[in-house]
Amino acid sequence: MTQLALVIDLNVCVGCHACVTSCKQWNTSGSAGPMSDDRPYGKDPTGTFFNRVQTFEVGSFPKTETVHFPKSCLHCEDPPCVPVCPTGASYKRKEDGIVLVDYDKCIGCKYCSWACPYGAREIDEHQKVMKKCTLCVDRIYDQKLPEAERKPACVLACPTSARLFGDVHDPDSMVSVAIREEGGYPLMPEWGTQPSNHYLPRRKTKMHIHEDELVRVDNPLAKEQFKVPDSDDPFLEDASSW
Amino acid sequence: MHPAFSVIFLTTLIGVGQGLFLGLFTAQYYSAFKLISVENAQGFYSGGSLVALLFLFGGLGASFFHLGHPERAWRAATQWRTSWLSREVIVLPAFIFIVFVYGALYYFGWDPNLTSANLPAGQLSFLVGVAGTVVCFALFLCTGMIYGCIKFLQEWHTPLTPLNYTLLGTASGFTLAAGFAASYAPELIRFFGELAVILTLVAAVFRIWALLRNFRIKHRSTLQTAIGVRHNQIVQKAQGAMGGSFNTREYFHGRSAAFLKSMKYLFLVLTFVIPVLLLVLAMSTGINSLLGLAFAVQYLGLIAERWFFFAQARHPQNLYYQTL
Repeated sequence: MTQLALVIDLNVCVGCHACVTSCKQWNTSGSAGPMSDDRPYGKDPTGTFFNRVQTFEVGSFPKTETVHFPKSCLHCEDPPCVPVCPTGASYKRKEDGIVLVDYDKCIGCKYCSWACPYGAREIDEHQKVMKKCTLCVDRIYDQKLPEAERKPACVLACPTSARLFGDVHDPDSMVSVAIREEGGYPLMPEWGTQPSNHYLPRRKTKMHIHEDELVRVDNPLAKEQFKVPDSDDPFLEDASSW
Repeated sequence: MHPAFSVIFLTTLIGVGQGLFLGLFTAQYYSAFKLISVENAQGFYSGGSLVALLFLFGGLGASFFHLGHPERAWRAATQWRTSWLSREVIVLPAFIFIVFVYGALYYFGWDPNLTSANLPAGQLSFLVGVAGTVVCFALFLCTGMIYGCIKFLQEWHTPLTPLNYTLLGTASGFTLAAGFAASYAPELIRFFGELAVILTLVAAVFRIWALLRNFRIKHRSTLQTAIGVRHNQIVQKAQGAMGGSFNTREYFHGRSAAFLKSMKYLFLVLTFVIPVLLLVLAMSTGINSLLGLAFAVQYLGLIAERWFFFAQARHPQNLYYQTL
């Protein structure tokens, strides 16, 4: 069984919002119709997005850390939003585990958005249907694209490669290895939704330099202990008698 | 959660309609065993069914305002295996149909005996009434479970949710039945009035129980589990949108804590205290107009109660929107 998902490396994300804009660009131009905006250049801009980057500050100064946190549908293995849908518009694909909304069946009752603890679904205020991340399902299988480009738009756009894409059920895939070896974790595990998307934690790179590494004990010239004469010391000329 | 008035009216109006039907059938049940007698049975039961239908259709109409695509509403009947909302979509029209049949049987006076056994008359309408009662409770269950089944909305995820929908709907329906009896079957005012008082008091006990439960509730999700960073002090600096989004509008009532608190006391007084006093006053003084007033006050209280029910639920997604 395949379960496509994203793995987002919080250690690398710089919060540039390139994934947000590339997601919006790709998905607003697709056959499913635009993701509508209201007052995009006005005082209170608002609109439909599949992906958003939030920023949190952890700790208090001076021991603070800024965490940029990209947030989109986690394509849960047990998605609570799917069984509550009264029309069957929300569904989870058997073949690749992507959670999708059929925009032609959705009645816009918003019940699925209530049933998602992550707030990953947003209603399109103009088309009146529920929208969410599709993992760029119209892109990742497109045979017309070069194979390297058959990835979600956000993954391709990320300048720091903070977003990995692959099959989390395949133990040898890049994403599975990353989750396993870099400490990938799911969000809100307490609800048993088993999110497929995982996050890689912040990792500190620390150097431990021992004194032995600075001072070479076995240095035959003992260069570090060689005394450099200062200006008050007598010069060779002063010491020698002609 | 953001209380939507379409859902507030849907749940309160069909609750009254269901409660009124239960009131009618209770009267029929008692009169079948000769415990009470209804003089103008035809007018009372058919008129009562009509009033119940008006409330049920009012609720059904309100529900359409909640939908983005009401023209596709028929699709909502397809997922009854998994979705309580879909089940409600099936059970509500079924209940409306049964109430219509029940009222029509009385209006046309067509109520043959089904068996030749020595049973009281009115067997067909009694059978329809039994079916209506079963479907009525199924509808209460569906409506309550729509909210009760979402496990991470911890304020709702309790058996008290469907129970309170049932009790509040039944209590308001019986209050209306008392008011309706004043004009069609004055001999039933006491019967309905006393039951309405009892049901209102029982509903008050369970609603206050739910309030106390939610007062002490401990939320399982925290900002730490939401973003997976283990630190006591996390401050949100950006929400990912400048001018708000669906996430900042749909999941929060947008009022102050003081407003929420005042709504709580308002609904407790309007739904329980004043209607009980008015019902007792009406029955002791014989001023029947107070019965209508009792229902009007109780219905206003129910709107406030439903508003509070939604506003009180704290959705875990709000953890990602700390400045709400």
